[in-house]
Amino acid sequence: MGIVLFRIDERLIHGQVVIGWGHELRPHRYVLVDDELAASDWEQDLYRLAVVDTEVEFVEVEAARARLQEWRDDSRRSIVLTRDVATMRRLGEGGLLAGEKVNLGGIHHGPGRTEVLRYLHLTAEDRADLTALAEDGAHVSARDLPDAPGVALASLLDD
Amino acid sequence: MSSPDTGVRGVVLAHGPMARAMVDAVRRIAGDKADALVPLSNDQKSPDGLKEELDRTLGDGSVVVFTDLQSGSCGMAALATCRDAGRRLVVCGVNLPMLLDFVFHRDLPLDELADRLVERGKASITRPAVRR
Repeated sequence: MGIVLFRIDERLIHGQVVIGWGHELRPHRYVLVDDELAASDWEQDLYRLAVVDTEVEFVEVEAARARLQEWRDDSRRSIVLTRDVATMRRLGEGGLLAGEKVNLGGIHHGPGRTEVLRYLHLTAEDRADLTALAEDGAHVSARDLPDAPGVALASLLDD
Repeated sequence: MSSPDTGVRGVVLAHGPMARAMVDAVRRIAGDKADALVPLSNDQKSPDGLKEELDRTLGDGSVVVFTDLQSGSCGMAALATCRDAGRRLVVCGVNLPMLLDFVFHRDLPLDELADRLVERGKASITRPAVRR
């Protein structure tokens, strides 16, 4: 089974992930890779309250890099989430996500961000990080929900 | 001169157009009593943006935040925004009977009101036995 989805989504666990992707992929576990969240007990409580019937782990980036193979080899299905592009890039640095599909979910409008898709707004740094992630071997595309058409990274970065 | 409204206020925080539609439905049934409810949507808002807007909307005073999905961005924002405030309570799984009960019982103590709303909301979900 292993890791059934790598997703970048600033809301981490929310309706699209739990209902949309969750019903499609039936994960046993959500792995939230985020240095700040891994140090915040009260935020962790909120996420655990949100998905009472599925395990949730909170892991710093370096620890997650060390545990990727463990999750891949696990008989249980995991969804690995980061809330920003930079964190997924750090997770995949050195080719650790080579050959993996990385899904770009929702990143909303904000300062310095431009709309790429209705649900996706990127900064110049995001674009550079996505390019680096792809150069490290990951197959990056955008798709908010499982039955939506995927959009390849190349067309996302076209100006 | 009318006396100031000291009752509990309500914010309906839900996906897309749902909150506005629910408050509009309350208004069609209960008239101006719907003024105690403010609709808020998560549409096109980042997690931080939604929390900031909710916090501004809640203000001071006692308030119930009604959300749709606890596991959704609205539920997460509501719980994060209300976690340290005893005068803010979150009720998940909002439905119309619950909101209607709320606008007629805003004078109850906040905890008692929230427990009542959960009970009324659950009780309104039924499968009536209709003779065929």
